[in-house]
Amino acid sequence: MCGIVGLFLKDKALEPKLGALTAEMLGTMCDRGPDSAGFAVYGDSAKGKAKLTLQSPRPDVDFADLEKSLGKAIGADATINVKSTHAVLLVPDDKVDAAKSVLRASHPSIRIMATGSTIEIYKEVGYPTEVSKAFDLAKMKGTHAIGHTRMATESAVTTMGSHPFSTGFDQCLVHNGSLSNHNNLRRQLIHDGMTFETQNDTEVGAAYITWRMNQGMNLGEALTKSLDDLDGFFTFVVGTKNGFGVLRDPIACKPAVMAETDQYVAFGSEYRALVNLPGIEQAKVWEPEPATVYFWER
Amino acid sequence: MQRPNIRTVDLSKTTLRELNQELHTLNSSTDGAWEILNARGFHAVAVGVDAPVSIDVRGSVGYYCAGMNKQAAVTVHGSAGPGIAENMMSGSVRITGDASQYAGATGRGGLLVIEGNASSRCGVSMKGIDIVVRGNIGHMSAFMAQSGNLVVLGDAGDALGDSIYEARLFVRGSVKSLGADCIEKEMREEHHTALAALLERAGITDVKTSEFKRYGSARKLYNFNIDNADAY
Repeated sequence: MCGIVGLFLKDKALEPKLGALTAEMLGTMCDRGPDSAGFAVYGDSAKGKAKLTLQSPRPDVDFADLEKSLGKAIGADATINVKSTHAVLLVPDDKVDAAKSVLRASHPSIRIMATGSTIEIYKEVGYPTEVSKAFDLAKMKGTHAIGHTRMATESAVTTMGSHPFSTGFDQCLVHNGSLSNHNNLRRQLIHDGMTFETQNDTEVGAAYITWRMNQGMNLGEALTKSLDDLDGFFTFVVGTKNGFGVLRDPIACKPAVMAETDQYVAFGSEYRALVNLPGIEQAKVWEPEPATVYFWER
Repeated sequence: MQRPNIRTVDLSKTTLRELNQELHTLNSSTDGAWEILNARGFHAVAVGVDAPVSIDVRGSVGYYCAGMNKQAAVTVHGSAGPGIAENMMSGSVRITGDASQYAGATGRGGLLVIEGNASSRCGVSMKGIDIVVRGNIGHMSAFMAQSGNLVVLGDAGDALGDSIYEARLFVRGSVKSLGADCIEKEMREEHHTALAALLERAGITDVKTSEFKRYGSARKLYNFNIDNADAY
């Protein structure tokens, strides 16, 4: 199983409520994925700055002096905002690669969950409502969010095996299903220089999308191409800085319901996830077609 | 006007289990009408009813609503998640919106009417149920369908009737592709009569039987035959 929720706002007036609405949606999907949960929130951006969402199994130690030591190492201002096991690090956007190198070299226990101008990714092992409470999802603001509740099938229940997976700058992907050819595809992608943190099938799907986009494809083209190259079951929901996309495999046995109003586009693995959204009774509600890329952009 | 013996259950106040347990105490000598409020996508609403009652469900339902239905007339005023009326035995189930995948799967009897669209695998392995869909149906519908009728006023997706046995399929719109061993067949007088009766039972009066094509089994895959190896 696994549960997916997604909310892409068209109406600015709802932006302060993005986290609260997403938390409620995520909470309805606990029984589809009680192992772990995660979410990507597209929130504020600061001019000339990039955000790195970091995670550590020992946040007290790892994040304590990071602001100072990292700032010194990259020769620029770095600010850090700690949330439970995660922290959002803000650096000048031309220092992202330098910050990543420093983190990899000097802080091996810190993992980078996401990089972007607006994206933040939080994910942990635990019951989904507990995970969203730990990070205060309900208080987060933003333009769009994607959440996932995991029932693991293809790899271990770990923080890094949780969704969303980052697929590049301001990009993320969540998955319900299982890929059958992920081992072979992982080998091919490693050969082409991609790196992997887990044995997880979804990470291969996410890396595949990044790999295709590195070749010059846009997200829609990369998703369309994935229909040829990924074998298995999948409902994917993807986020970019300005966009929100959905793709189901041609067999389409993994459930999906969408709703659209003048205020938002919403995704749920089940209709239950959508029932508390404002104006849902009047929304256009439909099941996305198999092997069809849906994409919204602001 | 409210019917006299209507029993209203609000699922925002009563648990689903309490509702279904109460419905399971009904039997062939019980009639009456039930109204279920605030379905809100719950799973297994009114599953396993075996009594000649009418049940109106207000709002969309999740998985397996009205599964195994016997005798009851269930109407969902909204859309239905996967497996609506799965393995229905008798009675009727009507959805005023859309139905998700495998609607009416393995059904042995009764009538399922979907006023909107049905997605993939509608009527998979149907064994006597009659299904009428006003809109379109998705891919792999009527896969291994054994008996009963599937009537579609709109279009059908890929691989309609793959590995079909003796179910009859009537489609008014286009068929994206036919599955293995499913072929178009002649609409004879008996089929017009049967289809007219099905449409009447479904309360559909605005289409003519002459607008439909009939599909069924070529009966080439019933038993393994080496000459048909390519078709398996």
